[in-house]
Amino acid sequence: MRFVDEFREPELISKAAEEIRKLAGGDRHYRLMEVCGGHTHAIYRFGLKDILPENIELIHGPGCPVCVLPMGRIDDGLSIAKDPNVIFAAFGDMMRVPGTQGSPLKHKARGMDVRIVYSPADALKLARLNPEKHVMFFAIGFETTAPSTALTMMRAKAEGIRNFSVFCNHVTIIPAIRAILDSPDMRLDAFIGPGHVSTVIGCRPYEWIAQNEHMPIVVSGFEPLDMMQSIVMLLRQLKAGEARVENQYKRVVPWEGNRAALKAMAEVFQLRPYFEWRGLGFISQSALRINEKYSQFDAEQRFSVPGIRVTDPKAAQCGEVLKGVLKPHQCKLFGRECTPEHPIGALMVSSEGSCAAYHNYEHRKAAMVHLSSIA
Amino acid sequence: MLAEPAATRFRDPQIEMAHGAGGKASRKLVEGLFAPLLFGSVLGPLGDAARVDIDGAEVAITTDSFVVSPLTFPGGSIGDLAVNGTVNDLAVSGAKAEALVVSYVLEAGLPTAILEAEVRAMAKAARAAGVRIVAGDTKVVEHGKADQIYITTTGIGRILPGVTVDPLSVRVGDRILLSGPIGDHGVTILLARGELDLEADLRSDTRSVLPLVEALVRAAGPGIRWMRDPTRGGAATSLNELARDCGLGMVLFEDQVPVRDTVRGACELLGLDPLHIANEGQFLAVVSPEYADAAIGALNLAPGGSEAQVIGEVREQPAGTVLVTTLYGGSRIVDMLVGDPLPRIC
Repeated sequence: MRFVDEFREPELISKAAEEIRKLAGGDRHYRLMEVCGGHTHAIYRFGLKDILPENIELIHGPGCPVCVLPMGRIDDGLSIAKDPNVIFAAFGDMMRVPGTQGSPLKHKARGMDVRIVYSPADALKLARLNPEKHVMFFAIGFETTAPSTALTMMRAKAEGIRNFSVFCNHVTIIPAIRAILDSPDMRLDAFIGPGHVSTVIGCRPYEWIAQNEHMPIVVSGFEPLDMMQSIVMLLRQLKAGEARVENQYKRVVPWEGNRAALKAMAEVFQLRPYFEWRGLGFISQSALRINEKYSQFDAEQRFSVPGIRVTDPKAAQCGEVLKGVLKPHQCKLFGRECTPEHPIGALMVSSEGSCAAYHNYEHRKAAMVHLSSIA
Repeated sequence: MLAEPAATRFRDPQIEMAHGAGGKASRKLVEGLFAPLLFGSVLGPLGDAARVDIDGAEVAITTDSFVVSPLTFPGGSIGDLAVNGTVNDLAVSGAKAEALVVSYVLEAGLPTAILEAEVRAMAKAARAAGVRIVAGDTKVVEHGKADQIYITTTGIGRILPGVTVDPLSVRVGDRILLSGPIGDHGVTILLARGELDLEADLRSDTRSVLPLVEALVRAAGPGIRWMRDPTRGGAATSLNELARDCGLGMVLFEDQVPVRDTVRGACELLGLDPLHIANEGQFLAVVSPEYADAAIGALNLAPGGSEAQVIGEVREQPAGTVLVTTLYGGSRIVDMLVGDPLPRIC
């Protein structure tokens, strides 16, 4: 399969692994954070930890949109959809994320009209097909998905569609990285930069990380070879005492980003003064809301929203895991009360959440006695 | 002798879609509620069909319900599935389907033309599979109380002599065989629902696997330890069940698992794992190592078996687990499917 197999070529990956072993030789311990949940998923899916030397530690970052969404927002969205005239539309990613009364899938089983869509445009299509109903799209995601939400609202406005709204939970990546770096218990050496987000925002927004924090960041693709190459690039910078923004994912990410996408976002959204992130708390100017021009499509303005705030279960240590302070299996609930079938924290829901990724792909391996007997 | 009901362990307050999706939740429902109440406390591994002794004559029996939407899709329809599904459950239990009985639940308002097309599809599939449909029942429910047609088929089969299908017979060193590419059916259905603006030249793999099973039995009968058709929940779920039942590790070689490019592409786009996608015309087998070459040789020569492959082997570790290894030395654990496969977008 083109554009995929080239980046899974065993020989090239083994070569990159060899290069990493050479670069990482010595006593130094390297703590690299992959910001993006897609990278976390790839690391486990391709078993990359197995081929990295032990002194390279990968810390899973906050870039999983459903993981950082506070439970109260899910409750708010679902409370709107209790109206039998409302269709609740969301990506598959959202469907198993628990609210206090259960996930969207659980609500569907109880009779709520919940639909899985593959893009916001599909939600708009639902609105056209069901003129007697109101379709609310529960929007999540970083700058990766925000432009398509924006374009969909622009189209809805142009077509004069009235039975469509967006419950906007879009967040932005830079404030989250800043919050991680401001966290006192955090010690990192470098970042594997998000790939998909950067197709939209480009590489410039990361320059402060290199200049002010003196940490290297390499924007990376999602195939095993991409990630191995990015680690090579980071190690080279670290060994040379450099701190630059580099773009490994050039085949997709333009340095300046995608202007058309940024323009669509600017047309429809404005920054919220602050927004709550699960595990990280309130972060100022870290999320998007729908601006006045498009307020007719803003579910938060059209419907009365209870504004529910839910504190996470005390025993769950999602915040510490999200910030990379704890490994998933070090959380007290991991694998016991909190499993992919019965997730307590959102990190256990999305396959990009570090807990689910760790649970699905890794944790039993850690308990294996004869790991070395497996070729 | 009738079994006494045993204590139930199923604590979920309500039935959800996941309980029917063939993965972990389904297993919990069967093991926690149905099995203790219906089969009593003594329960071995759950196979695809049961063996029943009637006055010294042993037969295999199984049943399956079909609720697919849409009713027709490239490569087949609900009628094909209803016949092939039950024939295959018997085949991988080491039995040749002899007779089927069929029940229809029909929604009032269903156009006769649709019903007739499905009944014709069943007749054709039954002829192809060499099985008779000998009895049936029909119920009609109010419009809106069912989705067009639900079909249940129950099959009775003649035991193929000399074939063991028993997870407990699986040994370290045994080879894991797959009859052909996985994921065709599940991805075809996903695309046929029309919710994705994706088009692909792909057809459901629905077919009777009996001819392939018979070829395998002829070539490697004494070497066969276990077989299963990986329908809902995919190959990963079937192999996880086996790993749990026999307490051994199933190690798959990722590059050996046949997956068509279109299926891989769709799975890449949607964030799904082909090992979790449903199949309707493939089967997995575990064969002792000395029979592996003969088994693959026979399957490759049989019609529809040219893509059969050894995809892995049974090891002591990781016990009770399915591990996928890559050519570059990485590995990952592949669990049973939890609920329905949901696409990842953001």
